[in-house]
Amino acid sequence: MSERLLQVDGLTKRFGGLVAVNNLSLDVAEGELHALIGPNGAGKTTFISQLAGELHQDEGAIRFDGREISAWKTPARVQHGLARSFQITQLLPDYSTLDNVAIAVQAHSGHSYHFWKDVRTIAKFRDEGRRHLDRVGLGTRADTLVNSLSHGEQKQLELAIALATAPRMLLLDEPMAGLGTAECTGMIELLKVLKTEITILLVEHDMDAVFALADRISVLVNGERIATGSADDIRSNEQVRIAYLGEGDA
Amino acid sequence: MLKVDEKYVAQAQAVPRRSWWPVAGTILFILCAAAFPYFAKAIGDPSLIGLAARIAIYAIAAASLNLILGYGGMISFGHAAYFGMGGYVVGILYNHFASGDPFLGFIPGTNQLLITLPAAIIVSGLLALVLGALSLRTSGVPFIMITLAFAQMLFFLFVSLKAYGGDDGLIVRRRNVLFDLNMADDTTFFYVAVGIAVVYFFVFAKLVRSQFGLILGGIRQNERRMAAIGISTYRYKLVAFVIAGMGAGLAGALMANYSKFVSPDMLHWTKSGDLMIMIIIGGTGTLIGPALGAVVLVGLETFLTSWTEHWKFFLGPVLILIVLFSTGGLMSLFSGWGGKRE
Repeated sequence: MSERLLQVDGLTKRFGGLVAVNNLSLDVAEGELHALIGPNGAGKTTFISQLAGELHQDEGAIRFDGREISAWKTPARVQHGLARSFQITQLLPDYSTLDNVAIAVQAHSGHSYHFWKDVRTIAKFRDEGRRHLDRVGLGTRADTLVNSLSHGEQKQLELAIALATAPRMLLLDEPMAGLGTAECTGMIELLKVLKTEITILLVEHDMDAVFALADRISVLVNGERIATGSADDIRSNEQVRIAYLGEGDA
Repeated sequence: MLKVDEKYVAQAQAVPRRSWWPVAGTILFILCAAAFPYFAKAIGDPSLIGLAARIAIYAIAAASLNLILGYGGMISFGHAAYFGMGGYVVGILYNHFASGDPFLGFIPGTNQLLITLPAAIIVSGLLALVLGALSLRTSGVPFIMITLAFAQMLFFLFVSLKAYGGDDGLIVRRRNVLFDLNMADDTTFFYVAVGIAVVYFFVFAKLVRSQFGLILGGIRQNERRMAAIGISTYRYKLVAFVIAGMGAGLAGALMANYSKFVSPDMLHWTKSGDLMIMIIIGGTGTLIGPALGAVVLVGLETFLTSWTEHWKFFLGPVLILIVLFSTGGLMSLFSGWGGKRE
């Protein structure tokens, strides 16, 4: 494990009287797959949204690749290699599956103030898009409208779109949620490959997936980080057991 | 997850691209348009030629609004502002040309169409840049209201501008000059207007299928997604807003020439509403829809006013029927004929 790619210091987010994220500090090393677990309402998605720049923190700082990015808007963060996937899929329903990915490739390769050439004939976007679809197993669905994809396929597409922005770090918000058993296994296999290429912060409820994939795990409860460590550390941590693992879905 | 499912392969290979009809359709349209004045004279109703020129002009205006409304998902209720501004550019330039003293003391007036049209496009574009930059800070209902408010401000500005006719409007005694053409002749003007409309729709068709068009459609469908792939949506929306304003300015300049008259009516919110109605009748987010809507609305207006001045009383039910029974407007009747949203 080398450099710290993402460094979060004392991040806080309040919604009125509710403290969703409370003085949260966290490091993710370059090349690491860091999993974030915690019970529902622990602030995991809020935290991801803050990292992605969709929500602004009330206090604290975010450093990415050595740069302070707290004030950056979402597009700037994505352009610098910090991409996210959504727990509730955010897709372009009127476009084909390939369009959804190719548009992300296009967004990553310079500005789009080109007004003349038919975008669907530009081979570099289409080919690169197909490559990402193949990776997540959607290669045969390229020309299907997103509306007619199954839920599992839409989750795969979410990941393909995030990959198409050529990220250095991926923020994955529950990529396994709502997937069938077979699809889950496939997703875990894919993430095993991806983690060798891209730094990943994974929010996930599926404990089998987390323990199979994560280099380190952080546990979030009520917006606070109560533990960080390897899978074994977390399994044997008394505080975590009480707060989370003992309470049901583990 | 990485295995191939044959059922999906079959689907992926469907959807052949039919590319002959746009070319065939365009050629057919141009032939029909070229023959139209002869047809109108043959059936003894030459006023149809002027009507067709108005339809061509409104088709441009409605299509320009459709770029932001249908393709970009920005419901602007103030598009008449740019339409009227284009008209006033022609009117004011002609006025200074006729009187001889320059506009603001240094811009000489002109009656040359090759100058007034670009001037109208540029001025409307700049207006759209300023108003768009402010309006696009909002979205949803506030955006509708703020665009409406800006357009009404401009309306009242021109009402109170006594130097340029105020409430009464401004007369353009002769249509702008284009080469040696006899622009006073409705047939000649019809050819000019339709020619410009054909070029406009061709450029429009290229634009909505370009990289920019893909981004614009993406913003309509899911702005959050677009930000998450690294697109600064505000800038793209603003550029689309300016392009739309420029198109409306072009249409307004042509309308001022056609009717040889500009008045604050061109800027009134009901004009914005008319453009919206054309789009809804024809099909939002379709290439040809706004043109069909212009045919229907201008045609109905002319037809119905010939036997009652309360023509909007009859337009209402027609509009309701169209909205209720064809969600995609008239274009949904020709599925595949460019009726699909891009």
